[in-house]
Amino acid sequence: MSLVFAGICSHAPGITGRAALADPALSGPFYEAFRGMGAALEAARPDALVVVAAEHFANFFMNNMPSFAVGMADRYEGPIEDPAWLGIARTQVPGNARLSGRLIREMMQSVDLAFAEEWKFDHGIMVPLNFLTPRYDLPIVPVNINCQGPPLAPLQRVWAFGEALRRAADALPERIALVGTGGISHWPATPDSGKVNVAWDLEFLDRWQANDRAALLSYTDLDTYRDGGQGGFEIRTFVSIAAAAKGKGAVQHYRPIPIFSVGCTIGTMSIGS
Amino acid sequence: MSLYQLQKFLFDINRDPATQRQYRDGLDALLERYDLTDEERGAIATRDLGLIYVLGANGQLVMHYAAFLGVPWPEYIAALRAGIVKYGQVRAGVYTMTTRLDEKVAGV
Repeated sequence: MSLVFAGICSHAPGITGRAALADPALSGPFYEAFRGMGAALEAARPDALVVVAAEHFANFFMNNMPSFAVGMADRYEGPIEDPAWLGIARTQVPGNARLSGRLIREMMQSVDLAFAEEWKFDHGIMVPLNFLTPRYDLPIVPVNINCQGPPLAPLQRVWAFGEALRRAADALPERIALVGTGGISHWPATPDSGKVNVAWDLEFLDRWQANDRAALLSYTDLDTYRDGGQGGFEIRTFVSIAAAAKGKGAVQHYRPIPIFSVGCTIGTMSIGS
Repeated sequence: MSLYQLQKFLFDINRDPATQRQYRDGLDALLERYDLTDEERGAIATRDLGLIYVLGANGQLVMHYAAFLGVPWPEYIAALRAGIVKYGQVRAGVYTMTTRLDEKVAGV
């Protein structure tokens, strides 16, 4: 099999952009866990990293919104945000258009997706790369699941998308790493920012670690919006990783850091069959 | 439909350096490209982030726009709260405010 690593992580812009406002006693262990995930990723010796993110209008808008999209370029750039605001310098990130193309063709055997030969990264990808591949030396395949512009694809289709990713990764000779980025409950970008529903998050992470398909797919968007806020729609990225990895998860870090606007999460999942 | 146009302006300016240059060279000409109400046009012209938020623009679009304008985080949060005080609750979309006005959730 060629899927060699699977994990999940937070991507909130405050993680890098508001680092100076955070209590180091909270942010320090989180950054350490984030870099630890980067070390584990590197130890898996991947040839490419597929990042399943929930972007925030860096590329896709309600004029033509894909539920699922995969990048197919040899280079990407980011962040779109003001670099000083995000705390990450604007840079070019390597891709691999041919590898993307082979992945996309295989995925299309079972799911519909949009492909994109132009793609700009926002904090949804740039914040994770800042910790996971800080030298930007690993080719990235960006993947987006629409979690911002409703209507959103239902979770069972997110699961099917994750399964297609796995099948396509296994069909490649390259060693593929897979990371899903997003939040569990959060109410970002508003005066609610910093609010987190810890009980709801821990219940979700229990389901994710157990890779309990039925329990993961039982969330409705109405329930998620009530209990987890508009940011909770991003559980889609974490659910897709469970569908792809098919193993059991382990959460290395979970703790709300209010100024970062999210329960800061780092998790990995074994590769099952 | 007009909220769509307001959000389209935010989408373009947040990601496109050419649109950002047009914003600085001549806002009126740039806004001609969008079918905006007077209220929406005024909110952009006066940099009224609170009103843009209350009109229902997606919070991620508003947040990135504030970053483009160079508004520090505590001032951004304060501007949205001020918008709620002045104009009332968010009128559309999923980024409604659910906390109290005096509740500084993350200390800002």
